[in-house]
Amino acid sequence: MILTNLRRHRVRTAIGAAGIALGVATMLSVVGLLGGAVKMFERILRSDAEMVVFEKNVSDLFFSNVKVEIADELAQQPFVKSVQPVLFAIVATPDRPVVTCFGIRAEDGRLQKGEWLQGTVENFQSDRDGIVLGERAADFLEVKLGESVELGQHRYPVVGIVRLENGFENGGVFMPLKACQDAFHKEGVASILAVALAPNHEPGEVKRWVADRYPKLTALENDEFSKTYSQFKILKTTAWVVGGCAFLLGGLSVTNTMILSVFSRIKELAVTRVCGFSRSQVVGMIFGESLIVSLIGVLLGWGLSTGGLWLLREVPALQGYIEPRVGWQEVLGATVLAALTALFGAIYPAWYAARLKPASALRFE
Amino acid sequence: MIVIDDVWKSFDDGKIAVLKGVSLEVKTGELLALCGTSGCGKSTLLSLIAGLEDCDRGEVRIDGRVWQSEREKVALLRREIGFVFQLHHLMPDLTLEENCLVPVIAVGGSMAAAKLRMRELAEMTGVAHRLDRSVRELSGGERQRGALVRALMNDPRILLADEPTGALDEENREIVFQLLLDLVRKGGKTLVMATHDKEMAQRCDRVLQMRDGRIVS
Repeated sequence: MILTNLRRHRVRTAIGAAGIALGVATMLSVVGLLGGAVKMFERILRSDAEMVVFEKNVSDLFFSNVKVEIADELAQQPFVKSVQPVLFAIVATPDRPVVTCFGIRAEDGRLQKGEWLQGTVENFQSDRDGIVLGERAADFLEVKLGESVELGQHRYPVVGIVRLENGFENGGVFMPLKACQDAFHKEGVASILAVALAPNHEPGEVKRWVADRYPKLTALENDEFSKTYSQFKILKTTAWVVGGCAFLLGGLSVTNTMILSVFSRIKELAVTRVCGFSRSQVVGMIFGESLIVSLIGVLLGWGLSTGGLWLLREVPALQGYIEPRVGWQEVLGATVLAALTALFGAIYPAWYAARLKPASALRFE
Repeated sequence: MIVIDDVWKSFDDGKIAVLKGVSLEVKTGELLALCGTSGCGKSTLLSLIAGLEDCDRGEVRIDGRVWQSEREKVALLRREIGFVFQLHHLMPDLTLEENCLVPVIAVGGSMAAAKLRMRELAEMTGVAHRLDRSVRELSGGERQRGALVRALMNDPRILLADEPTGALDEENREIVFQLLLDLVRKGGKTLVMATHDKEMAQRCDRVLQMRDGRIVS
């Protein structure tokens, strides 16, 4: 009966499902995009490290300043395997909004993991000005090995082009740490220290060491960092709030559809009551219709968001910053929200339908 | 047996009194016609018997029982009573078969058995070849015959008919009415029919005349 009702009012069903589909698509797209961005940034920080040390209470890691000499001191500790200072910076380039610059030491392992398209990893030297570009960055900056590129106030020779899995890194510029510090007036400092622990040692040892010696710094395990970093929290909250608003609109669409559905078949509902349908059966029918509309919307929205995100990822101008991640948690979350929206949207129509008096409704013109 | 005992009913907060102390008995298997002009209370009386409206005063007993609660009223409509209206009230976008199966969906009975019964009733009423058609494609007479099939799907013991031929042309009126009588008599059912048509009323076992909310003869 539920499916039959939806089938015979196809346009109404389609409009209701479209409302939910747009809500689901918006939510999955925004959550996927921002979640992907967060994951990419997390991977930049990790790079073989289990912990991150940075300046306490900074709102953004770009504003964090950690003296590089602390990295060397920390690296001497028996509980530490290695420490890599990384300086983050952003620079504007012609025709492109921004390029992320990573100031790293030559021994930082992240460049070795990439697929070298031009040049070799040995070209990247800590005491020189030569920079390495991610593949996407090289594409949009339109430079090749041996050419130079203007970043900020300086020109830098390109000593390598590397394909990296991480979208941020693949769209970024790797500079020797010293050159990066000079370019962005951050002499002697890094944004973070990526700390790899020695075997059989605990993160607590690093935390205690940092807390005792450098109270203005904080050391967090990667997972702790992901959960507490305010930028990530803002991004994730924004994603769910924007998605929630989209769902609210979708919910109004379902409510509207179901109200129309009930009001346009008052006599039919009365006849079903005369044919022996109980109030609860009528209510179940309205909720069932709403849930099925919503389920169709979820499937459509999922398809829309998948297609939309795929298209976005393929747009060259987005510089490889798009690496959406839509996991089962997000899909489950959207499905649950859609189901709740459908149930809330059907409350008033179902209540109205249940209150109908068949005899009066059959006289209704 | 249906017993209606001093039943009063009004609408619009008592401003419109429709039934004013109606009492009557309908024996099991009896065919009763209620005659009278529009607004005399025939349809309201049928609604009260079916439990679609509540009495202001008095009571309706079916087989000695007052079907009062919501659950009882649903059970009454599912098993004891079939209702045929002046307008067929079939759902226009469904096929005749889908319409006829609505009462079975309400009860939750076996669909296979229901389809056999539907086919049997449809053959008796001459719409078997139209079961797979949308209601929109059916003529007025076919729609009303379809409504008759739907009313009888759960094999009710009582059939309430509110001007069942009122919207039909003369030829179809006779066909549908004769079918109604045949099905009711053959099934040993009780029929309470509201009608304007005195000639049809005379073909029932008993005729009661209503006027201004009362039974006058």
